[in-house]
Amino acid sequence: MELALVIQKFILVIVIFAVSLLVAMYSTWAERKVAAFLQDRVGPNRAGPGGILQPLADGIKMFTKEEIIPLDSNKFLFIAGPSLAILTACIGSAVIPWSTPLTIGSKTIPLQVTDINVGILYIFGVVSLGVYGILIGGWASNNKYSLMGAIRAASQNISYEIAMGLSIIALLMSTGSLSLKVIVEQQSGFWAHGWFTWNAFQQPLGFLIFLVCAFAETNRTPFDLPECETELIGGYHTEYSSMKLGFYLFAEYINMFVSSAVMASLYFGGYNFPFMHHLGLDANWLSILGIVAMLLKTFFFIFLFMWVRWTVPRFRYDQLMDLGWKVLIPLSIVNIVLTGIWITVKDIYFK
Amino acid sequence: MEALSSKKKVLEQKPLSLSERLYLPAILKGMATTISHLFKRVPTVKYPEQQREFSKNWRGMHSLKRDEQGRERCTACGLCALSCPAEAITMIAAERQKGEENLYREEKYAAVYEINMLRCIFCGLCEEACPKEAIYLDGPIVPADYLRKDFIYGKDKLVEQPFHAEQAN
Repeated sequence: MELALVIQKFILVIVIFAVSLLVAMYSTWAERKVAAFLQDRVGPNRAGPGGILQPLADGIKMFTKEEIIPLDSNKFLFIAGPSLAILTACIGSAVIPWSTPLTIGSKTIPLQVTDINVGILYIFGVVSLGVYGILIGGWASNNKYSLMGAIRAASQNISYEIAMGLSIIALLMSTGSLSLKVIVEQQSGFWAHGWFTWNAFQQPLGFLIFLVCAFAETNRTPFDLPECETELIGGYHTEYSSMKLGFYLFAEYINMFVSSAVMASLYFGGYNFPFMHHLGLDANWLSILGIVAMLLKTFFFIFLFMWVRWTVPRFRYDQLMDLGWKVLIPLSIVNIVLTGIWITVKDIYFK
Repeated sequence: MEALSSKKKVLEQKPLSLSERLYLPAILKGMATTISHLFKRVPTVKYPEQQREFSKNWRGMHSLKRDEQGRERCTACGLCALSCPAEAITMIAAERQKGEENLYREEKYAAVYEINMLRCIFCGLCEEACPKEAIYLDGPIVPADYLRKDFIYGKDKLVEQPFHAEQAN
């Protein structure tokens, strides 16, 4: 039985890894396509029909490029940087519940790698570890631009993590659990007791703050200051080439996928979809449809990331800090207070 | 100081209103603009497969014409070379021999006729200067190449194919 569990988890881990790598791969393609369509262009269309093989071509290009390690760099840290970036990006997806458990024969297989009771804290830990990849890489390059990028990444991530954490606290006050599985289960269905069950409708301000912070944490436009190519050449990955550069770029897309999945499960009901209890479907079918719903929501958020990237210009550095410290943090504290008041009022008068 | 014209406008610097300081309305407006472009027709012409139609007065690669009996019209008078502002055309004239009447229309013809396509600016002045209606810029786009010497087009590339041969087939 123990061995069966190990095999089951192993398969699940492999599948989730493969899916998140595949999604990240095709996010690079989708990013270019979305950029093209939003700018009245066609985008990559030479490699395969509609450019569908473009990520493969890019991958082959990355692998066959010359590998350069600057002479003055710290060799160990120079290699550790991108490895850490991609590692932390990949392990974030471990606590995300992809759907309700599947039942095969007498066995139930939970579609979540692990349901730790501090799931959100785990994600926070992994995300804040992710900045080390950028920081180490930028520092080890021994290049002023890289160092600037690394410093910016560190200060930006620290600033926005506070607001992100505070916005989550308001959510936790209303859900009462740190486990992602429980939070998603609470949002079952779409409409109950005269209001939407999804947390985005119960915590609209919190969701907005979380969304903005997620953009900042994944270093996406309008918060892509660590790598802004117009000011810092390439920021922290100026000195990188070959697949080490590929790892950094790839880590960004995996981060995007994971944070999209986290947003979908925290605020948009995860695998829940409207009328799921009225279809009269088998639990297994619901589970499979749940995966589809979850992925659709995730893809929507990935599209949102791209959509915003090709709309909004980059913030200036002082504006970024102003927004983080003077706007988002006070707002999220206000959100906590409001949530507290609302919970109290509800307990006293609406029970 | 007195204003020289009425065009000067003094910009008033107002502090941002609340909705402007919120960023979000402006960002949403921008996102609406960008998403509307998602549904617009893409004006791209996918070149090698699709080709845009040339306009009627398009000037492309030169061709040296033949007359209705398939003889080269060019008489190597050099007016085209003289008129060429880019000095792209050179030629060497030769006298028509006996028995070559079916090849060349006039008693003098161009034994060598070269146009340097890197110099040519496709202005069409050679076409206008030619008294024999022997040169026209009615060809396609001059293709790219690797070496400079390959852009000097000789008679092999410029003279149009003898059409009576096609008719015979």
